Amino acid sequence: MGSQNGAVVVARDISRIYGEGDTAVAALRGVDVEIPLGRLTAVMGPSGSGKSTLMHILAGLDKPTSGSVRIDGTDITTLDDTALTKLRRKHIGFIFQFFNLLPMLSARENLLLPLTIAGEKPDRGWFDELVRRVGLSDRLRHRPAELSGGQQQRVAIARALVSRPTVVFADEPTGNLDSTTGAEILELMRASVEDYGQTMVMVTHDAEAAAMADRVLFLADGRIVQELPRSSRHEILAAIETLTVR
Amino acid sequence: MIAFALRGLLARKLRTVLTALGVVLGVALMSGTFVLTDSIDDAFHSIFSQTYRNADAAITGKSAFSLSGGNGSTPPSFDQSLLPTVRGLPEVGAASGFVTSDTHLIGSNGKAISFGGAPNLGFSVDPAQPDLSVLTLVSGAWPHQDEVVVDRTTAQRKHLSVGQTIGVQARGPVERMRIAGIVKFGSVSSLGGATLAGFDLGTAQRLFDKPGKLDQILIAGKPGVSTSQLLAGVSKVLPPNTQVRTGSEQASKDASDASGFISFLRTLLLAFGGIALFVGSFVIANSLSITIAQRTREFATLRTLGASRRQVLRSVILEALAMGFTASVVGLFLGLGLAVGLFKIFDAAGLTLPNSGLVFRTRTVVVALVVGTLITLLASLRPAMRATRVPPIAAVREGAKLPQGRYARFRPLGAALLTALGFAFLLLGLFVHGLGTAGVLTLLLVGALLVFIGIATFSAQLVRPIAAAANPVARWAVIAFSAVVWPLFSLPFWLLRYGAWGPGTTGRRAGAFVGGAVLNPLLLLLVLAMMLRRTVSGWRPEWPADFPGVLTEPSATRIGSENSQRDPQRTAATAAALMIGLALVTLMAALAAGIIRPFEQAVDAIFVADYAITAQNNFDPIPTTVTAAVAKTPGVESIAGVRVGDGRAFGKHIELTAVDPQAGDVLRLDWRQGSQATFGSLGADGAFTTDSYAKQHHLAIGSPLTVETPTAALLNLHLAGTFHPPAGGSPFGAVTISSATFDRHYEQPKNLYTFVQMHGGVNDANTAALNAALTSFPNAKAVTRDEFKNNQSAAIKNILNVLYVLLALSVVVSIFGIVNALVLTVFERTRELGMMRAIGMTRRQTRRMIRHESVITALIGAVLGIVVGLLLAGLLTTRLDFIAFVVPVSQLVLFVLVAVVVGIFAAVFPARRAARLDPLAALHYE
Repeated sequence: MGSQNGAVVVARDISRIYGEGDTAVAALRGVDVEIPLGRLTAVMGPSGSGKSTLMHILAGLDKPTSGSVRIDGTDITTLDDTALTKLRRKHIGFIFQFFNLLPMLSARENLLLPLTIAGEKPDRGWFDELVRRVGLSDRLRHRPAELSGGQQQRVAIARALVSRPTVVFADEPTGNLDSTTGAEILELMRASVEDYGQTMVMVTHDAEAAAMADRVLFLADGRIVQELPRSSRHEILAAIETLTVR
Repeated sequence: MIAFALRGLLARKLRTVLTALGVVLGVALMSGTFVLTDSIDDAFHSIFSQTYRNADAAITGKSAFSLSGGNGSTPPSFDQSLLPTVRGLPEVGAASGFVTSDTHLIGSNGKAISFGGAPNLGFSVDPAQPDLSVLTLVSGAWPHQDEVVVDRTTAQRKHLSVGQTIGVQARGPVERMRIAGIVKFGSVSSLGGATLAGFDLGTAQRLFDKPGKLDQILIAGKPGVSTSQLLAGVSKVLPPNTQVRTGSEQASKDASDASGFISFLRTLLLAFGGIALFVGSFVIANSLSITIAQRTREFATLRTLGASRRQVLRSVILEALAMGFTASVVGLFLGLGLAVGLFKIFDAAGLTLPNSGLVFRTRTVVVALVVGTLITLLASLRPAMRATRVPPIAAVREGAKLPQGRYARFRPLGAALLTALGFAFLLLGLFVHGLGTAGVLTLLLVGALLVFIGIATFSAQLVRPIAAAANPVARWAVIAFSAVVWPLFSLPFWLLRYGAWGPGTTGRRAGAFVGGAVLNPLLLLLVLAMMLRRTVSGWRPEWPADFPGVLTEPSATRIGSENSQRDPQRTAATAAALMIGLALVTLMAALAAGIIRPFEQAVDAIFVADYAITAQNNFDPIPTTVTAAVAKTPGVESIAGVRVGDGRAFGKHIELTAVDPQAGDVLRLDWRQGSQATFGSLGADGAFTTDSYAKQHHLAIGSPLTVETPTAALLNLHLAGTFHPPAGGSPFGAVTISSATFDRHYEQPKNLYTFVQMHGGVNDANTAALNAALTSFPNAKAVTRDEFKNNQSAAIKNILNVLYVLLALSVVVSIFGIVNALVLTVFERTRELGMMRAIGMTRRQTRRMIRHESVITALIGAVLGIVVGLLLAGLLTTRLDFIAFVVPVSQLVLFVLVAVVVGIFAAVFPARRAARLDPLAALHYE
């Protein structure tokens, strides 16, 4: 997999401008980014820095005004809706801040939903492994409303992993959880990267979360302004400090 | 994905039920209609097949041309000498001759026995040939001379038994006869409300004024003789004015007269079922599109998980299919119950229908399920298309809105074009000649559908101005309504009620009553004082916001009014359902008023007599013997009857009327040629026609005019005058001749109306004298001109009421549409409502806000509906010259009030839900 140096997602000189004329706002201004295989990449930055926009564009949810994004070698900026849908089924998983489970389906059905949609049969062994790993063996029949926030996010993580996508995008995965539960979720994400070699991109403003990443990208004013390898929470907070001071 | 779609429905039970109700009710009316009409159909078929159950062949009189069926016209009788000839034929085993005529049984109160407008039948019976008899003896004996047998149902309902005497009246005055036996019609248990009287042949011929005549001969063939041999044998001896058919042919011939009415009834009821479904489809489309807007995140999440647009489309359509099918199944069975209810409604409206058990055909099931499901499916298409436009990114964006379609900006233009196209279809259908009934109806139907859809779509543009205008109306209407209704639920009222009717000791009750009696006026004074102070000094107290609903509260209503304009498309779609129902109600009311007014004007212009003699039911022609009897009454200065019968002239069937020579005293016509004197100078061969008929056939005074009677006699007439009938019609048909000529050629002449001029005009003495003269004719009554007008228009009002009841169903559907839209809106605004509650909005204010929005929506529907209804009525009345364009102002005011009440009631449930929201929980609601 991957084009060069094991990168599964490669973005070249992407910019995104919202609105037109006088009211135009640039959310991204020429960003180059490569997401390496089997690593957890965190994207940090203050509000309005463009971190969410970056993730949306990398994941094919939004189109850049200019520039290109390749996932597994395919330029997704030129794909039509059908091709993009097919690409999503094979290559992309999502973890959301608000979990986005379907309320009328059980945990099990939510977990299997990507396969159901794609019309594929679940791999029994992989399913059992995932359920065991996220620790939901006894909650599979429950509806999301009967689960705690942490449990819901566990279902969501398993759902993102079940189709073994090329890359999983997580949008503030701990943003709606208390710190203890958030830490558990982060452990789980970390473990899936280490144990299953899952590539992940996580947008967060939580230094604790970013400290779990193999690599932290800092955005400000639509540009990548700094990049850290795996760092401690203190180093990350310090980096944020310098960013905001600057 | 299937499971996903179905789960979605189950998870949103309330919404699903409210959404599907329109289909349930529409399908219920459809299946109910089928069950009802099939049951009537079956009942008629069994009645007529009973008649000929043992007859291989039947001989009847043959008219020269096919008769209109109305006016009580029956095929002419034939001479009874045919019977022995037929009996003498080698192929004939047995033959029996019958006469028949309308025959009234007179109850102990002196009034004719009649159940719900059903016919009152009289037959001759042939005790010698019981197998060929229509009637079967239940108890007693067959009648001898001047005896009668009556049917079991009538006997039971009126407590008649063998040996009693009863009044009987056919052509002549009432005669009293002994009841010899009780009979039933073949083996049929009920004939609707019909009454039966049977006599021996001689008595029947005398009573029916058919001496030496027969109406029918029933024949049983000899064993071993085939039916075709029998028919061939009988045909050889038939005189030209008779015909022979096999028994089963005759049965279906008789039944076909009834089935014309049944198929009319079926079409009418199905049309109303269709209307309810059409309204229901609006409700479904609207509810689904609101639901889909609310499920944006859900669809977006599905898209991020790899669902294609097609999968989203499929899941929404599948939901609609499942919902439509389930609703149709429920509606189907509800229809069975509705059929029973419809029998009762028609019974109450004076139309008792025969019923020999409910008939549930496969066709009913198939049509109900297919139509119900299909309508739901069609209604879901647009919302489903919207769902496919949800972009995946909406899964991560807060408050993502559904993107507009590519053609959204052309919506108003498209809607306007659609409306224009609809009106074009209507105009084409109404004013282009020579399209044929089917063509005209198709054009009108398509036109009306397009107009409704077009206006419903376009009305989103009108929501803001109408809502702004409706705002004060809604506020004050609700205030007035709560001022009238609220006190009924108040403490003083409860005290009064408890005091008057409640349980408990007398002392406690008396105390409560006195307390209520004191408190009630005090409270009223308090409220009035507060209102006064408010208006005078601009006093704005805090607590009355929670006090009686009598005080205006601009803050809550203002927000409610703003809310109704927030999403004009949604408000318009919600109001559209009510619009359709009210447009049709308005149309009906306007048409009914438009029929009644010219009719009354016509009566005022023509009817210059003091009294009219009509049948008890105002419509049946009555025997001329009645007129003769009334003529002898002291005080009668002049009397003239108007006869009616079938005729054929210029190769076409016409309604031939005849008039007594002194008609000039009691009727006034607008003569174009001739004068009032023409009435008296018609003589043996004079005739007058309407001016349009004379023009159409190029007739001038003295022109020859030949009219053929049903007995194939030719009347050679000449034109003696023409008159111009008023828009509301006249008692006269296309051609009118003298009654003497008429009576020479028509057997059993009957007067449709008789007009009487009395010495001294209308007064109690004269009324009493006429009534005395009519005692032996219980089916006739004397009425004044105003009574005559009211009686005739009462029939129209009765029909109008049945139509209102049927249309009420679509209004009910639209109420559920409003309820559903409001419930969904409350759901959607949970967070906003929580915020308002958190910053100090009271529960009552919340309720009032929702209610105000509801009433405004209903008023928008009412305004649009009334305008569209009047437009349609205007178009129709321009085309139909016997209907004037009349704006039924009082009814329209009533409809607006109904809309306000609809709005208030629709809001009850959603407003409670909104008020119950816990502010804290609502703020946390995601």
